[in-house]
Amino acid sequence: MKNNNAVCNNEITVQNKWYHNLKYLLLGILFGIVFVKAEIISWFRIQEMFRLQSFHMYGVIGSAVFTGMISVWLIKKFNIKTLDGEPITIAPKKFNKGQIYGGLIFGFGWAITGACPGPLFAQIGTGAFAVIITLISAIFGTWVYGYFRDKLPH
Amino acid sequence: MLDIIKEPWPWYVAGPLIGLTVPILLILGNKSFGISSSLRHICAACIPGNINFFKYDWRRESWNLFFVLGIFFGGVISAYFLVNAGEIIVNPKLKAELAGYGITDYSNLVPTQLMNFKSLLTLKGFITMVVGGFLVGFGTRYAGGCTSGHAIMGLSNLQWPSLVATICFMIGGFFVANVVLPIILSL
Repeated sequence: MKNNNAVCNNEITVQNKWYHNLKYLLLGILFGIVFVKAEIISWFRIQEMFRLQSFHMYGVIGSAVFTGMISVWLIKKFNIKTLDGEPITIAPKKFNKGQIYGGLIFGFGWAITGACPGPLFAQIGTGAFAVIITLISAIFGTWVYGYFRDKLPH
Repeated sequence: MLDIIKEPWPWYVAGPLIGLTVPILLILGNKSFGISSSLRHICAACIPGNINFFKYDWRRESWNLFFVLGIFFGGVISAYFLVNAGEIIVNPKLKAELAGYGITDYSNLVPTQLMNFKSLLTLKGFITMVVGGFLVGFGTRYAGGCTSGHAIMGLSNLQWPSLVATICFMIGGFFVANVVLPIILSL
């Protein structure tokens, strides 16, 4: 399921064993540590960002995008394969009005909760247990989107 | 060495590390970076409710759930072993503004005076946790991605719809943080 919102069948033919996923667990752990140590998951840092009171978050996102761009360019240029020797494919993002409406709605939520979905998991890990409520509510929000999907403008 | 790790990391260390997640996921298993999809997989796994959008084999996307579980453990490890003593240093202007709303505790990454189980019963706490969380989950799925899927993965792959989404994230955020949030925090 390459396209995030497509209703489709998955194209993977080999059913991986669960332990093949441990590498993603490990990567997630490293990622979570960066989240906490650079204070990206801090509500205060997000408030600073939206008030233009600090360069920190812009520096983080900007340099992350820059690094990602160079990496994707190199992967395409040198036709780099996955560890299993598969060609790397990235599904293009198709435009629909959801990116505008949904984007604005997420922006509203981002400023209120001070967190995108990733940081919610990290915040709970640091012991902010009340954020479990925010996460449950976010899961419910996703479910409600799925329920009303056909009626929403796209 | 451990002292350096315990200090808050600067943006030029954290940003490239986050950016490297993009090629690492692609090379490890042809996975596109994106975190909000995990919320969809949780719905598909736990409460599919005969909704088409949740009818797919979420097990094949389980790498994403392992990844977010990892993020959770990353939070645990940082909090217990890599924590730096002291408060988060923020812009004095923000400190002054938030003090006006009674937010003065900077010892945690989240404002515990605002987000705790007790304050759930207040309108302010309900809006910041429950309504805010709902908007995050609903909005990211409607937009087809969040900061990771659109702003980082999408922009890395030069996708203009992701640029539209990212701009809308920022517009929404700027508006609420500066116009709406002050009203919520005054409740």
